[in-house]
Order: sequence, then C-alpha cells, then structure tokens
Amino acid sequence: MGTDFFILMKQEFVLIAIIFILLFIKVGSKDWKNENILNLVNVLLLFNFVIGFFWNEDGILFNEMFKTNKLIITEKSILSLGTYIISLQSYSWLKNHKHVLEFYMLLLSTLVGMFFMISAGNLLMFYLGLELSTIPLAALANFDLEKRKSSEAAFKLIISSAFSSGLLLFGISLMYGTTGTLIFSELSQHLDGNPLQIFAFILLIAGFSFKISVVPFHLWTADVYEGAPVAVTSYLSVISKGAVLFVFVSVLYTVFKPLAVTWYNILFVLSVLTMITGNLFAIRQSNLKRFLAFSSIAQVGFILIGISGASQAGTASVIYFVLIYIFSNLGAFGVISLVSALTGKENIDDYKTFYKTNPLLSWILAISLFSLAGIPPTAGFFGKFFLLMAGAGQGNYVLITIAALNMIVSLYYYLKVVKAIFMDENETPIEKIAIPASPKLALFICIAGIVLTGLMSYIYEYIFSLTSAF
Amino acid sequence: MNLSILIILPLITTFAILFVKGLKQVRTVAFIGSAAQFLLSLDLLFVYWKERAAGNTTQFLFDFDYTWFAPLNIHYHIGVDGISVAMILLTSFVVIAGVLVSWAQETLNKEFFFLLLFLSVGAYGYFISLDIFTLFFFLEVAVIPKFLLIGIWGSGKKEYSAMKLALMLMGGSGLVFVGLAGLYFNTNANGAHSFDLIQISQMHISVAAQKLFFPFAFVGFGIFTALFPFHTWVPDGHSSAPTAASMFLAGISMKLGGYGCLRVATYLMPDAAHYYSWVIILLATIAIIYGAFATMMQKDLKYINAYSSVSHCGFVLLGIGMLTQTSITGAVLQMVSHGLMTALFFAAIGMIYSRTHTRMVEQLGGLLKVIPFISTVFVIAGLCSLGLPGFSGFVAEMTVFMGSWQNPDQWYRLATILACASIVVTAVYILRATGKTIMGPIADLHYHGLTDATWNEKLATGILIIGIVAIGVAPFWINQLITPGAEYIFQHLGNVLK
Repeated sequence: MGTDFFILMKQEFVLIAIIFILLFIKVGSKDWKNENILNLVNVLLLFNFVIGFFWNEDGILFNEMFKTNKLIITEKSILSLGTYIISLQSYSWLKNHKHVLEFYMLLLSTLVGMFFMISAGNLLMFYLGLELSTIPLAALANFDLEKRKSSEAAFKLIISSAFSSGLLLFGISLMYGTTGTLIFSELSQHLDGNPLQIFAFILLIAGFSFKISVVPFHLWTADVYEGAPVAVTSYLSVISKGAVLFVFVSVLYTVFKPLAVTWYNILFVLSVLTMITGNLFAIRQSNLKRFLAFSSIAQVGFILIGISGASQAGTASVIYFVLIYIFSNLGAFGVISLVSALTGKENIDDYKTFYKTNPLLSWILAISLFSLAGIPPTAGFFGKFFLLMAGAGQGNYVLITIAALNMIVSLYYYLKVVKAIFMDENETPIEKIAIPASPKLALFICIAGIVLTGLMSYIYEYIFSLTSAF
Repeated sequence: MNLSILIILPLITTFAILFVKGLKQVRTVAFIGSAAQFLLSLDLLFVYWKERAAGNTTQFLFDFDYTWFAPLNIHYHIGVDGISVAMILLTSFVVIAGVLVSWAQETLNKEFFFLLLFLSVGAYGYFISLDIFTLFFFLEVAVIPKFLLIGIWGSGKKEYSAMKLALMLMGGSGLVFVGLAGLYFNTNANGAHSFDLIQISQMHISVAAQKLFFPFAFVGFGIFTALFPFHTWVPDGHSSAPTAASMFLAGISMKLGGYGCLRVATYLMPDAAHYYSWVIILLATIAIIYGAFATMMQKDLKYINAYSSVSHCGFVLLGIGMLTQTSITGAVLQMVSHGLMTALFFAAIGMIYSRTHTRMVEQLGGLLKVIPFISTVFVIAGLCSLGLPGFSGFVAEMTVFMGSWQNPDQWYRLATILACASIVVTAVYILRATGKTIMGPIADLHYHGLTDATWNEKLATGILIIGIVAIGVAPFWINQLITPGAEYIFQHLGNVLK
C-alpha cells in the first residue's frame, strides 16, 4: 500500500479531511461567523474538485473492495463540481442558519458515501456506501427546522430509503446464495440466469429504481422534494441520483452482462413508464419544486434509454447527460433557491411577470429550462440527442419514437413556466432580488456549463474515450 | 468564401445588441447587422456565380468540414449549392425587411431584436449545413425564438398560438429525429455510421429502411411547412405573431421544412420518395384546395394570408412529390417566391393594422385614397399571390405546373389539374379582399387622418418588391441558380427508379 493508498483514495481523503476541519471548528471555537465558514467550505470544496484532475491512477485496493480508474475519478469530479455549485447556491439560505457546520458535515459524509459506492468492487462495499449516502440525507431533508413539511419529507425519505435498502439487501443476499461471491469480477462468471438469480436481480433493480425514482418506485420523490430545503432538494435530484446512476450503468454493463437480455426488457418497460408518468404528472404541478421533481423523474426515463444502449455509447452518454443535467437542474434550482430564501415563494404562479423585475434571473431560469427540455444550442440538446442515439443503436425505434413524443409533452410544461415568467400578468410580482457573490458565481458556472458543455465536443469525446475500457 | 461568416455575423449582431441601450441604438445595431447579412448574401451569390462560370461543377461549393463529435462521426460540414444560395438570399431579404418593419418597436426592443436575429442564425446555419446533425441542430435552434416572439409581443390569443406552434414544431423535430436516427444507423461508411449528406447520398440505404424512416423525416419536416393535416399551427401562429415575426415565420421558417423535405427526406431516401409520392401528392393537393377554400371564409387579413400560405406551401410539396426536375426547380422557386411575397403581404398588413387598429376586412375600405403607398404594396403582394405574370408567383407556380405535368401518371395529372384550378379560388379571395380594403369608399372617418409609410417601411417593402420583380421579370438567373441543384436531386431519384 503506502503512498499508493493515499493517491488512489485522494478524493475520499480530502472530503474526510474537510469533515474533520469542520468538526474541529465546531468543537474548538464559537466565534466563527457563518459567512466565513461558508467561504472556507466553498474554497475547500473547490479544492476537492480540482484535486480530481491530478495524480490520476488506476488501482485496486482491499481485495477488490475499492477500485478506481480515470472514469471513476471523472464521475467523482462531476459530483464534486455539483456539490460545489450547490454549496455556493445555498449561501443565502445558510447565512442565517444556526447549524451550518452540521449541514456540511452531513452533506459531505453523504458525498463520501457516494464516492465509496462508485468505487465499490464488491456488493457489500456498494451497500455500505449507499447507506452512508442515504441516512444523513434524511437528516438533511429535515434542515428547515421550523417547517413541519421538512420533517415530513425527512420521514418519508428515511422510510422509503429503508424499504429500498431492504430490497437491495435481500437481492444481495440471494445473489450471494446463488453465486457464492460478492465480488463484482467473480459474480459475472457465476451468473447463469436461473430463476432465483433473476429474482435477486429484479430485487436489486427495484432497489436501484427507488434511489433514482423510476416509476413505479417514484412515489416518495415529489413529497420529499417539496418539503426539503431547496439546497437538499437539488442535492437529492442531481448528486445522489447521479451517483446511483453511475453505479447502475457500470454494474449493468460489467457485472450483469450475462443477464443483458433480461435487463434490456426491464429497462424498456421502466423507461416508457417513467417518461410518461413523470411527464404527465409534471403538467399538473403548481409548486416549482414538485414540478422539478416530476420533471426529474421524466429525465431519468430518458437516461434509462441511454443505458439500454450499447455499453460504450450508453455509458458515455449517461455520464455526459448527468454532467449536463447537473448544470441545467442546478441553474433552475439556483434561481428558485434565491427566490425561496428571500421571499418564500415557490409556486409557478408567483413567478408571473418575474421578467419585469428580475430579467437576469429570468433568463437564467429560462435557459436552464430550455436545457432540461433539450432545446439547442443548450447542452441539454446534445445530452438528450446522445442518450437517444445510444438507445437507437440497439435498433429499438419504438422506444425512440415514444421518447421523441415525450419530448413534446416535456416541452409543454417547461414552456408553461417560461410563459409565466415572460408573458403572464401579475399584480404582485416578486420584487427585485439582489444576488450575493457566491450564488452569482454558481449561476455563472451553470450557464457557462449549459452553453459550453454541448458546443465543445471535447468534453463528450473525453468521456467517451474513458469508457472504452469497458 | 468562408460560409461560417453567415452564422458568425448574426451571432455577433445579437451579442452587440445585448450591450447597447435604448431603442435607437438597438435598432441601429440590428439594421447594420442585417444590412451586412444582406450584402454578404449578395456577395455569396456573385462569388457562387463566378465559381460556376469558372467551370467548377462540384455539387457543393465552399465546402468546409470539421469533425465535431468524433465518437458519433458528427461533423460541422457546410457548403452551398444553388438551392441553398437561393434560400440564403431569401433569408437575408426577409431579415432586413423584418428589422426595418419593427423600427418603432417600443416594448422590450432589445429582447425583440435579439430573438429576431437569433432566429436568423438558425436559418442561415440550416441552409448551409451538409451534415444532417448540424441541420437538425439549427432547425431546432429556430423554434424557441418563435415561441417567445409570438408569446411576448403577439396579439390576440398569443399564448395559445405560441404554445401550439412550439409544440407542433417540436413534434416535427421529434419525428425528424427518429428519421435521422434511423437513417444514420442504416448507413455504412467503411464500417462507421455517417450523418454526412453527401456521403449518404452516395450510399445505398436499404429500401426497407427507407420505407420505414421516410415518413418520419418527411412528415417531421412537413409540419414545418404546413403539410396537411399538420397545418393547424400556421393560421394561429401567423395571425398572433407581431409583424416581423409573421414575416419570419412565413418567409423563412416554413421554408426550413420545405428545404428539409427536399434535401433530406427526398434526396437521401429516393426509393421511398417514389414509393410514397402519391401520398405526398394527395396531401399537397388537399392542402392547396382546402387552403384556398378556407381562405375564402376568413375575415381577418392575417388569417387570409395565413391560410393562403397553407395553400401556397402545398405547391412546394406538390412540386417535391411530382419528382421531376422541373417540378423540383419549381418547388424551390415557389419557396423563394412565397417567402418574399408573404413577407411583403404581412408587412403591408402590419402597416395597415398599426394605423387603423383593425385587420377585419369589413371594417376597412378606401385605403388607397388615404395611404396610397401602403395600399399599392398591398395590391402588389396580392397580385403576386394570385400569380400575375411579371411577379415571382407566376414564375414559380408556372414552373411547378409544367413540371407536374411532366409526370405521366394520370392520377398525378388529375392532381395537377386540381391544383391549377385552385388559382381561380386564389384570385377570388385576393381580389375580394383587395377590393374591399383598398378600393371603394373610405370606411371610417378616422382613416382620413392616417399617415402613409415612413422611410423605413418604404425601404423594407421596396427591398421585398425588388426581389419579387427581379424573379418575375427576369426569372432566368434564379432558374439557372436552382436548376443544377435540382438536377442532382432528380438524377439521384432517376438512378434508383429504373
């Protein structure tokens, strides 16, 4: 081991170090102002993101418990970037919060959990990482301490997570029973498709589906998104979903490759259900957070199409889409969190005539929504295009046609928000909002990401080149 | 000539608009930008001619190829043939006229001109693309600006119309996407798939695949160009849009669809084009006749022009569906002619509306006596629409009919006869509307105080009229421009036929 050990696990170590620094601050001194803590954390998180670009080595540790390579490091960097943006955005909300340090300790421990989950080479390690990333999230969902809805959201999250963990664990144990191993590389050799294995596999998929809110396992999503503080909602919708998606893709393509036909059919049904349900429910929503919850369900439906594609194009397009999704969704959530922190308004109707008072924020929200809808020249167009092309590569044009028709529905509800912002009349519009420096930086990163990630083909080509190892 | 300038120039203009303040500065920047586009497109025409005269017979000139997304073999590949040059000319004519017509845009003028010019970025990019991914990209770029232009600055039930337009066009794009994806995965360029228009045209795509994906591509593009029964966004969208947006919609946007039907669907899937041509003819004939009769029933000037656009765009699809060289030339001519004519018509209607505050035919009357210039423009647009010799409409429709008759099938000839007959209906509604609004006694005392066109309006309509007359009086130049491109398409169709 020696130095290798530190280099291979550098991102985990940095995060744990940040958690300890925060802990020392908590224990050591009471004079820290919230602003200073926030600035410090943001700098550290930026460092955590940057470290992903240096000393990148492939390697395996602890008897295949922990593995890392350039693709995994990139995935972790994407999540780090997302967390950094969310942290910048929550500035206005956390500035007056009593428990900033606890917030970050919990948040970062979930991120550590996700990192371990992504790096897992063993079902047990994967499960540990997953649990570490879920349980603190429930505490985070409760972080609007005075709001009843917030604790309701936390409760719903913990119960549904516990249930899905139970399913996963059941699946894992059955898998262990039929194959006699938990190590990924050995598992795939022992898979022969006997009914018990298929059953175990379906349980595993159900567990995953809960985490990424695939229909019919999506029922917790809207309530939790609505009740939780905006920062946590955005974290749930992009970071924790993204992490599980990364694992899902790699596990399906590597470990469960022998069962490819089975999971292709399952994914087909799930993605159609997810797209249609997510889209139809999103139309009916009046609360922006619920709205984005259902729209994120629909987005996952599109991602499943990408996963159903061939391994390299599928993996690359999913990772690329998650990166774009982080920018687009956080762009939208950034505006919503600013408005929500200052006025408490979260309904679509409140945003009527938003353009007259806040033109800049309006454009940012609109561009983010266009990106979510997949309108060029935003990156969302490229993301969706590559996902669907990956799916079309399998020759299943029925699925692609259903997806293309779903794009119309999704455009409808995104445009409904745009319509409210630009066209509708309102006597009491949201007043002009001053944007503090940190959220401004976050919004700038999001918009730059939305514009550049698509047009600059280098990013997709880089991700694609990393996935060739599969 | 570097064709990317055609995209970069309007992009620079849009950015410049972001950094200036006030109506005067904004419109000056927009005007300079669109005038530069105009000169650039004229320059393109002359450079193109020079190149052709020098004996360069390559199908596409000024070819530029840059690998964009290597893993999917997506290229930024641009180049022009005569058809694209004609469409680019049309775009630049309509853009400069649209900017001039919106000279007094009071509310949110910065955003207005920004979106207007952003729309033109999409159109130019679309017409120069030789890679169908790039083409699709630019096709969709142009959708959202239209939504915002209609929704924010429109009139009447603008939000409904804007939403309807955006969703139907998005549906069109969705279908186009499926068609393109299907086409892509059935190509084989040395083991890799390709989006390249030239490469695909030289391959043989299996007939089964063509038959499967042609309807997706054709209907998808067809929605943009008011293919019956997907034309319903046209009347609402056009009539709710502000004047310049109506001009852009009818003058440029609908042409995107016709160009796509021709360049992508028909050219790249020739077997399927033959196989489905009777469906195209049938739908086009229905659109022509239905559009003409529906126009008869309209009382609102904008609705009259919108429904007549459905009818006129039917000629474009008819020309494409007939699959003869002359009819394809005619289809392109009709696109250019209709683009100019309908932009002029909408400009005239907009000017009348801004003065009289009504577009209802029965409330108007005797305008020639009070606003002679605008009335004359209105009459010219009307006469061009009904196909009077000397204007572009005659040349275009004549070419379509001649070409259609070359197709020997008796049913196709019946369709041609029916389409010809619709001209009579066109004459009825145009003359009736013109007679009622322009001639006769002055309908309202207020109309006595109306002022005639300002310099910018005169310039805008003047540019469009020059275009119309230049095609109408001397059609040979544009004919020569388009014919080689049409010949390529026709030969490609002929190669697979027998």
